[in-house]
Amino acid sequence: MKKLVTLAAAGLLAAGSAFAQDDPFTVGFIYVGPIGDLGWSHEHDQGRLAVEEAYGDAVETIYAESVPEGADAERVMQQMVLQGADMIFTTSFGYGPATNAVAGRNPDVLFEHATGYLREHPNVSTYSARFYEGRAVIGHIAGHMTESNVIGYIASFPIPEVIRGINSAYIHARQVNPDVEMRVVWTYTWFDPAVEADAARALIDQGVDVLMQHTDSTAPQTAAAEAGIISFGQASDMGQFAPTPRVSSIIDNWGPYYVRRVGEAMDGTYEQSDVWEGIGPGMVKIGEMTDAIPEDVRASAQALADSIAAGEYHPFTGPLNRQDGTAWLADGEVADDGTLLGMDFYVEGIEGDIPN
Amino acid sequence: MLRLEKRPNPSRAWAIGTPVLAVILTMIAGGALFAALGKDPVEAIRLIFWDPLFNERVASFSRPQLLVKAGPLILIAIGLSLGFRAGIWNIGAEGQYIIGAICGAAFGLAFYPSESIFLFPAMVIVGTLGGLLWAMIPGVLKTVFRTNEILVSLLLVYVAEAILALAATGFLRNPEGMGFPGSRNLARHPGTDNPELIANTGMHWGVIAAFVAVIAAYVLLNRHLFGYQVKLAGQAPRAARFHGVSPNALILTCMGISGALAGMAGLFEVTGPAGQITIDFNVGYGFTAIIVAFLGRLHPVGILFAGLLMALTYIGGELAQLMLGLPASAIQVFQGMLLFFLLALDVLSNYRIRIGGRAAA
Repeated sequence: MKKLVTLAAAGLLAAGSAFAQDDPFTVGFIYVGPIGDLGWSHEHDQGRLAVEEAYGDAVETIYAESVPEGADAERVMQQMVLQGADMIFTTSFGYGPATNAVAGRNPDVLFEHATGYLREHPNVSTYSARFYEGRAVIGHIAGHMTESNVIGYIASFPIPEVIRGINSAYIHARQVNPDVEMRVVWTYTWFDPAVEADAARALIDQGVDVLMQHTDSTAPQTAAAEAGIISFGQASDMGQFAPTPRVSSIIDNWGPYYVRRVGEAMDGTYEQSDVWEGIGPGMVKIGEMTDAIPEDVRASAQALADSIAAGEYHPFTGPLNRQDGTAWLADGEVADDGTLLGMDFYVEGIEGDIPN
Repeated sequence: MLRLEKRPNPSRAWAIGTPVLAVILTMIAGGALFAALGKDPVEAIRLIFWDPLFNERVASFSRPQLLVKAGPLILIAIGLSLGFRAGIWNIGAEGQYIIGAICGAAFGLAFYPSESIFLFPAMVIVGTLGGLLWAMIPGVLKTVFRTNEILVSLLLVYVAEAILALAATGFLRNPEGMGFPGSRNLARHPGTDNPELIANTGMHWGVIAAFVAVIAAYVLLNRHLFGYQVKLAGQAPRAARFHGVSPNALILTCMGISGALAGMAGLFEVTGPAGQITIDFNVGYGFTAIIVAFLGRLHPVGILFAGLLMALTYIGGELAQLMLGLPASAIQVFQGMLLFFLLALDVLSNYRIRIGGRAAA
């Protein structure tokens, strides 16, 4: 009888040819959106493809897209482990608790969690990009380009990541154009083309002639094109909207980091880490600046990006005051990462309140 | 020449047979879809329907997960089915689910860091009441102003989602969360947690509540006057009125029960599998439960099986994604086909197909 059961089990296993052997190093990726969103999840998937290209047959990658945060994410991660994943990249902030829960149960699997801060187990690392460095560069361009002196900003949620971007863009727009104003619309979504388009039109109706977005769809680009104003690509290059309205972009470039970490995991040099990298190491890239930008502005924007990359200039350098006029950074003082990570205030000059 | 002839009474055999036939047709059409995407259809169907249950490598994990996924679907669908039988269309269970979770979580967090054993039961009550009250808005508007409950309950989902975003980034935000959105973790705090009751079974209080709801609904529909009124109101509204059934009372009761169960499901989810209030806490259980209710023919036992089947397509669908690289949207199309075939085949229980006959006349 026992033999019969074993035979049946062997038959099942043989039938399950899709369940690959553990020979190649298996890397799992879990995405919050569809990989065709042309924004956030798309760029993470580009990182996955970079890993495949770098290591060929030595790695196998598996992925799941449009995975809701919370219980579903936890289940998908555990299923990936059962499919033999040796390392899993969880590419959204909301996956944090689930990542740590699954990591605790599977100490032999390595976890890399994007944009989070929870590292409750030695096999959990976190990574994020200093997107605000990119915001500084496009803020600089926006300050030069605006004629109405009103810049529009489509924000997602009132969290430090987003507030930091608004501040950075505003500071560098004002640096080159003291009369500039910033209008912010909070959409409470990361990806909703209809809502984003409405927000874009509302801003355009208020006289905005330069549009920035911290949401992932290309709907604002379409709205900007219709209105004949300029915009910046977000997360992905959105190069299909070049040369206008999209005059440049902030690109999340995860590939080099993914390739590096997978390599370290395979050759045994991997260590738990918490990285926050910007333009310098290449995690943030500035998309091609089109001819719609005057040549001298392109040059000064490039110079700004270069000095940030070289570590000569920090986008949050004093003197800077908070919105209410109280002092934040003294002349020449540079913001520390702790304050930036928890940023919950506007800098002086931005009008309106952060919703709460 | 094919012709449809109305049956004097709906066919019982077809009422039971159509769900099975719908599943088979979905497998065929879905298989064709997967084949068109360049994937092995037999393997895809096996990954979705067979492996989560019987593949020895994954089943020990995925079988309990079926209960976790099916629990809220069944609980919500049971509530919705009562109203649907009576012709009262609560489409906004998703919103009631969200509000229930927010109310219960807020109540629990108000007493943080209390670990009292009375806290969790009280949270369940508050969450249930939250869902009930949210469902009362379309209910009362319908009874007083004759508004359309389909529209009002649906639109209130978007209001609830906005309140959820506010809660996650504002009034329920974890003060120790470094400014990130999301409440404290309720599942990891004794007193507010809804734990797995027996290890590796997936059983939590929400799953138990779902089973109790199935039994209670069965008794209610077969042994209780209210169940008779619900059935009568759906089949013969005028006759129901002659029998002294008050339409307004029926609307409020059905909306109230469905809202309460949805709110309860939200509370069990936020304190257990989800663990915390986040911006994207809701993942569509309230809408999927509508499919589950119809797939189960609005019958409590049918809903139990339909919920488990739906959960199976989710978990198996994820497996197919991982193993074959099927796009997530292909799985969603597959789930949609299931409802499509079921509703299309409904015609067979009410009509008889005749070939030829009086076609010449």
